[in-house]
Amino acid sequence: MDGPSGVQASPLVALVGNPNCGKTALFNLLTGSRQKVANYAGVTVERKEGLLVTPAGRRVRILDLPGAYSLDALTPDEHVTADIVFGRRGGERRPDFFVCVTDATNLRQNLRLVLALKRLGLPMVVALNMSDVARRKGFAIDPQRLAAELGVPVVETVGVRPGGVRELVAVLDKLSLSAGSAAAGAGEPAQQTPDDVERDHDEVRRILRVVGGERNDGLVFSDRVDAIVLHPVLGPLILAVILFLVFQAVFAWAQLPMDAIKNGVQLFGQWIGALLPDSLFKDLLVNGILAGVGSVLVFLPQIMILFFFILILEDSGYLPRAAFLLDRVMGSVGLSGRAFIPLLSSFACAIPGIMATRTIQNPRDRLATIMIAPLMTCSARLPVYALIIGAFIPQRSVLGGLQLQGLVLFALYVAGVLSAMAVAFLLKRRGPGAQFQSLLLELPAYHWPNLRNLAIGLWQRVEIFLMRVGTIILALMVILWALSSFPAPPPGATGPAIQYSIAGRLGSALAVIFAPIGFNWQISIALVPGLAAREVAVGALGTVYALSATGSNISDALTPLIAQSWSLPTALSLLAWYVFAPQCISTLATVRRETNSWKYPLLMAAYLFALAYGGAFMTYRIALALA
Amino acid sequence: MNSRPIIAPAASQQLALTDLQPGVSARVVAVAASHADAPQELSKRLAELGFLPGELVRIVARGWLAREPLAVRVGTGTFALRRFEAACVRVCPEPALTA
Repeated sequence: MDGPSGVQASPLVALVGNPNCGKTALFNLLTGSRQKVANYAGVTVERKEGLLVTPAGRRVRILDLPGAYSLDALTPDEHVTADIVFGRRGGERRPDFFVCVTDATNLRQNLRLVLALKRLGLPMVVALNMSDVARRKGFAIDPQRLAAELGVPVVETVGVRPGGVRELVAVLDKLSLSAGSAAAGAGEPAQQTPDDVERDHDEVRRILRVVGGERNDGLVFSDRVDAIVLHPVLGPLILAVILFLVFQAVFAWAQLPMDAIKNGVQLFGQWIGALLPDSLFKDLLVNGILAGVGSVLVFLPQIMILFFFILILEDSGYLPRAAFLLDRVMGSVGLSGRAFIPLLSSFACAIPGIMATRTIQNPRDRLATIMIAPLMTCSARLPVYALIIGAFIPQRSVLGGLQLQGLVLFALYVAGVLSAMAVAFLLKRRGPGAQFQSLLLELPAYHWPNLRNLAIGLWQRVEIFLMRVGTIILALMVILWALSSFPAPPPGATGPAIQYSIAGRLGSALAVIFAPIGFNWQISIALVPGLAAREVAVGALGTVYALSATGSNISDALTPLIAQSWSLPTALSLLAWYVFAPQCISTLATVRRETNSWKYPLLMAAYLFALAYGGAFMTYRIALALA
Repeated sequence: MNSRPIIAPAASQQLALTDLQPGVSARVVAVAASHADAPQELSKRLAELGFLPGELVRIVARGWLAREPLAVRVGTGTFALRRFEAACVRVCPEPALTA
């Protein structure tokens, strides 16, 4: 094994290219990494590094960079790329070699960046990516002639097929690369003027005439799909139906696997219970870990269903179309249309969503988008919603076949979006905002979702979820169990032991704050570990209720327990609370890093807490008055 | 179709991309800031996206209210633009190529 210095001494090769030309797919193939790939511009917003070991046994450091339309960066993600290409990123060596990745079906757009890079005099190779799609679509590009015209070696690659980088690896293997070879390369040219861009484009047109990468296509497949999908009336209708189906499916498809997991956990608990003698250890295992972790694990199928749809939408190229359709709505609250994709990513988790705001050029727009990202319902909140909906919303059809539970879930997501819009509106009204919010969003060609990608993406989500369950959630459950079990109740105490413990006392103290919004002491305790990861609140409720139950109903599942012990106003109030869900700590840390200031994370925590408390208070009081 | 027009089209035939009928092909004549307050770098970014003199453009779709945003095919790519962005692009329709 080489030490880190051995890797440092390996040559550094950077992948550069226009957005959405498949750099990350190539990076994954070259290095065996599993970075996120999707069919829209701006998936990669930070440098990512991996190691390629060539067949000859040579080690090459591969750098994946955010896509850029030009080396004159406009957005924060483009700055990352330009800074690395020009070797002006602090603490980082300039790459020794460049792989300029192009989309072979879109050379007319992509070759200008190749020319700009070539002008820098840096050693490079051009990768004609998606060469399989290009051939299928009838682009007859001759790599040899293109290489001759460009004066740079050209290889064909296919980013979505194993072995699609063989030629590229062979080139990297043969190069006489050594670390630091490009450090003395050409410097930084002056900014290009629009006339320079025009001149480059004349050259691109000349090259394409020679190599035959041109095709006069009238209406292509994507145009025909867009005529329907972007239709002023049909488009929004299709979008609504898709979103609706997703939320219906989350409940309709998940029942069977969820029951299976629940039964499995219960059987395991009973088996352990019968196997072990009564002891503190058994209590930890059954009431602490199984009750807590098990109640979170149950929601794995629903999370998988949600991500199944998200991944398909990402891979097909539909997401930027949804941004197109909702652009007016975004514009009406003063947000850039570019804010849509970061916000949509926040439905998975606010952290990548906040990172993705780097594709927004205007700093004020970017900040506004960061501030409202946590209002998008992240997947960690799904277990909380699903638990309460499952316990309190009857399973019945309304409006001709629609499931009421799915409808309520949909309404909760909409509530998050509407409040985000309201907050954005208020944020943008303060101070002078930019008059023109830029859109300039690429609508990529549609692709059929790649099944291999879909399977890998889904498996990754399962891994992430299980990792969280197995590490942070498990650890918090053990801590919570300890806090809930000690000190032991005084002799002659009547209530459940947990009431006398540290957690019980803490819960009672917190309950004073939360009583006006209808939360009992069990909920109040569960909110505390919920700050570390929101789904922990569900596990915490599982542990707290398991410990406060007396006698025979210990092994009962959480859902019937809370259905018995909470009032409907309390349940609705908790749902309202989690629409705003004051903050998970990792989100705040990300905001701190991306804004480089403590001001915004603190402001965010404060405003979300105020909204959550206010929203839950109103919900509770109105529900009480109506009940 | 790859050569740039040698003679600039008469000014009367030119119109802003925002005024182009959806589905009608047109050639880009010029890209320039449409509004004094528009961001400085906008016309350059439009050029970098491929809105360059001589390129074919066509409006694929248009928003409903306020007729924005616009989905514009340029060369082999498609971009969503807001009105103030599309207004920077002057075009000249090419009736013969209308789809």
